[in-house]
Amino acid sequence: MGKKVLLIEDEPNIIEAVSFILSRDGWEVKTHSNGHDAMQVVRMRAPDLIILDAMLPGKSGFDILTEIRGDAALGATPVLMLTARGQTKDREQAERAGVSQYMTKPFSNADVLAAVRALVTP
Amino acid sequence: MPERLMIGTRIRERRVLGGIRQSDLARQAGISPSYLNLIEHNRRRIGGKTLLKLAEVLNVEPALLSEGAEATLIAGLREAAGEQDGIGAELSRIEEFAGRFPGWAKLLADLYRRNEALERTIETLTDRLAHDPFLADSLHEVISAVTAIRSTSSILVETEALEPEWQNRFHRNINEDSSRLTEGAQSLVRYLEGAPNMDAEIKSPQDEMHAFLAARGFHFPELERDIAGPRDVTRLIEGAGATLSSPAQSLARDVLLRYLTDARSLPLESLLDWIASLGLHPGRLAEASGVDLATLFRRLAAMPEEAVGPVGLVICDASGSLVFRKPFEGFAMPRIAGACTLWPLFQVLAQPQTPLRMRLKQVGRGTETVEALAVSAQVIAPSFDRPALMQAHMLLLPDRPDADTEAVALREVGVNCRICSLASCVARREPSIISDGF
Repeated sequence: MGKKVLLIEDEPNIIEAVSFILSRDGWEVKTHSNGHDAMQVVRMRAPDLIILDAMLPGKSGFDILTEIRGDAALGATPVLMLTARGQTKDREQAERAGVSQYMTKPFSNADVLAAVRALVTP
Repeated sequence: MPERLMIGTRIRERRVLGGIRQSDLARQAGISPSYLNLIEHNRRRIGGKTLLKLAEVLNVEPALLSEGAEATLIAGLREAAGEQDGIGAELSRIEEFAGRFPGWAKLLADLYRRNEALERTIETLTDRLAHDPFLADSLHEVISAVTAIRSTSSILVETEALEPEWQNRFHRNINEDSSRLTEGAQSLVRYLEGAPNMDAEIKSPQDEMHAFLAARGFHFPELERDIAGPRDVTRLIEGAGATLSSPAQSLARDVLLRYLTDARSLPLESLLDWIASLGLHPGRLAEASGVDLATLFRRLAAMPEEAVGPVGLVICDASGSLVFRKPFEGFAMPRIAGACTLWPLFQVLAQPQTPLRMRLKQVGRGTETVEALAVSAQVIAPSFDRPALMQAHMLLLPDRPDADTEAVALREVGVNCRICSLASCVARREPSIISDGF
């Protein structure tokens, strides 16, 4: 069984594409598509890596990231943030909240795969 | 330098401006030339009778010498200097500068204030772009669709021996996302064009003027009467109240005065009679009524829509700037400049007095076509010290499938290059955000 990746993203076709490429690379991918109960899912799944969209219905990715970093059990989990917001202030906000890596949309599959491999030690 | 000491500088400036010799001023003021010299170099305090006498001889208000007209000016200069710490403006000599060079000082202070106003405008516009919820939502939608398409298409291209079930699924996803992308892009384009929605936020005097005309349907019964005159134009402008800024009032006045002249050349009743007998055929109407095509176009655009149906009009000057826009459903126009150079409007600028008729289809706006009639005319005659002022008019009418229009050429045009997806356009000035990015 591969390492667990939790993908929190609200666009169904992005979920499907990213899940496909990660699954084919041997990762066990779980998905979730809204922000307001994302923390419950993170606690339940206890993933090795979280891929987090910045703009989610219910709660923003930035708020979720802050909560993850404030949680003793989950605080060290690597978080790759995917966002359509490429402005410097958004990147700075993500860095302040403790993002492990920040990637703007549209991204290439190869970059996502490389980032995931780099963030999780086998 | 203290303010009280600047009196001497002001006296010297006034004397020099008046072409009075120091010795003459001293004599007329009843003081010695050497004493006046010391005063003028701010080495002696001055007040009382001497100041009054000098002011009288120099023919200025004593207060102008004692206080100067520069208090506000100096405050403005201090403000400007405060914003430019690194430049090293000589703050200690600011009063001397204002006193000796009041014109330059005023220019500097005015430029600083103007610069500040422009910076505020830029901040407001930047803020609006950054925080406009509609723009943010539309862009997010577009980027999400692009991301999904890019990722999915990469899978299809790069994955060897992809199972047919997955292939079908990803093809379906790409199809869904491309539809979303189309809707998102069209929505953005409509928003950025801002036309034909004339209720959109008003920004420039031209926009204000067009909103004023649109609110009246581009038709002014007050100016159609036999006894109508410039006073009616003034009343209309005043009646608009605060909706027209001063620059917009000036633009609206020019448009309405021309409306008045046009209405006298071709009265409403006569034109409607011609239309009733000849139909909405500009060529025949111009011939029958005897007015030039440009005037006829403006008159047709000024008719009530219930009488003649939809009529659009766009006028540009020789630089290509759109100076008048009456929107037409199905044909988008940019606000001021940068319109598609393939419009016959611009073609006729190179062939004055030679009208052009064409059917137009705007790329990315469905299959709708419009009939466009264009003519360029001289608005102001040339002189030895200035060229002729030319304006081109393009009338837009519903494309009527009749014998006349069947033979007219159909041309594919855009709105402007930035939002045009016409891939192989020879007239392209800049890359499109639609065709290149996706």
